[in-house]
Amino acid sequence: MNIIKKFSLGLLISLFLTISANADKIRIGTEGAYPPWNSKDASGKLIGFEVELAWTLCRYIGQQCEIVEQDWDGMIPALIMRKFDAIMAGMSITAERQKAISFSQGYADEVASLAVMKGSDLEGIDTSEGINLTKKTGAVKKDLKTLTSALAGKTVCTQTATIHQNFLESGDVGKINVRTYKTQDEVNLDLTSGRCDVALAAAVAFTDYAEKSGKPVVLVGPTFSGGAFGNGVGVGIRKDDTELLNAFNRAIDKARKNGDISRIATKWFGFDASM
Amino acid sequence: MDLDLMITSFPKLLNATLITLKLLSVSLVLGLFLGLFFAILRLNKNSFINKFAYGYSYIFRGTPLLVQIFIIYFGLGQIESLRSSFLWVALKEPYWCAIIAFALNTGAYTSEILRSAFQTIKPGFIEAGKSLGIQSKIIFYKIQVPIAIRQSLPAYGNEIILMLKGTSLASTVTLMDLTGVAKYIISTTFKPVEVFIVAGGIYLFITFIIHNVIKYLEKKYSY
Repeated sequence: MNIIKKFSLGLLISLFLTISANADKIRIGTEGAYPPWNSKDASGKLIGFEVELAWTLCRYIGQQCEIVEQDWDGMIPALIMRKFDAIMAGMSITAERQKAISFSQGYADEVASLAVMKGSDLEGIDTSEGINLTKKTGAVKKDLKTLTSALAGKTVCTQTATIHQNFLESGDVGKINVRTYKTQDEVNLDLTSGRCDVALAAAVAFTDYAEKSGKPVVLVGPTFSGGAFGNGVGVGIRKDDTELLNAFNRAIDKARKNGDISRIATKWFGFDASM
Repeated sequence: MDLDLMITSFPKLLNATLITLKLLSVSLVLGLFLGLFFAILRLNKNSFINKFAYGYSYIFRGTPLLVQIFIIYFGLGQIESLRSSFLWVALKEPYWCAIIAFALNTGAYTSEILRSAFQTIKPGFIEAGKSLGIQSKIIFYKIQVPIAIRQSLPAYGNEIILMLKGTSLASTVTLMDLTGVAKYIISTTFKPVEVFIVAGGIYLFITFIIHNVIKYLEKKYSY
């Protein structure tokens, strides 16, 4: 009996120690399935632009960090339920998300693009090179009209709960047949299998996949920014956690000034995606 | 608790329940035929036929349903020669991929349920038929099959309920079933607890109905 008592007391103490040891660690949630933003190497270790940037920001904040993996579709609920304290997962700052959580200033920006398999009839689509949806000028409207007629009757695939899904369902390109997937990997698989006629995601997600898999995936149409595509990618933080929000904002300032963000971005994207 | 969200998401989820029920009923009907077919093969005295049927049920009962769906949906989709064959007409659609996976899975379990039901029929029933001069084919369809179905009702009711919950995996291959729509609502409201409680309640209600129908049938066909 005495041994059991001692043993359970020891267990309680060690449990308490691990909890309190974790308490001053900042836990950062990421998806680990959206290269080059964040992904995993062959041994299962988290790598990518945001993983490396997270370690850098933590050094500036001066606190220990832990990077936690979380499926994309449960990312914001997991943050709210305190499974971790911050999101760094290629998450664009949008008004819809800001209803639920706060965002730090943006640290990087990406453009979205449509992609098809080589030989698709969408390949020759005639639009300008890039459109910004914040200002719907005549040229933007004309491009959206071209896209509307080009995408009619096509199956358009994208990852669930993303800015890309929001855009496809916004009505800007008419009423189209949208199919959503849990991960970008699955979107890529079904684009190559031919179940998807065309897919929408960050342009780098397609170029990265085309390069690594050797599959003939090509970008078509304009690159998209602004409007439903948000204002860059930032760190997502719980609304009541203003102290951590300020800490991240200061760390991003420092990292930007010292050129860390551009250096890491160039390493992973092949171009400077920092902002 | 956001009660408003629970109320507004209810009709959307109810609408998605139709797809869940469609998936369930189509795969159960196909699975019942598959199960009966393979149960009869299992009773065959030819050891090759017997082993083939055993292999089928062994593979589909021994691997997770999720893995089976992924192999049929994402795996087969990567085979180039398959994509240019007539099979692609069905395999291109997530709906049919899910139906194929569910039917093969429930078919494997059903074949085991029916086989054991056939094997527990007392020889006296068959001998009684034989002594009346009834052909053995007719004994099989008029005596053995009805008794086996009655015997397997409790276990089969369980299988229907397991399959109902299995259909929630259809959302992993882009189908908007009850779970799929629940996840979609969560992705815009970021409130998983409320939406999953409503979705869970709908599943529970369907289970309640299935359970009672099976109980009624058991009583009706008891002897």
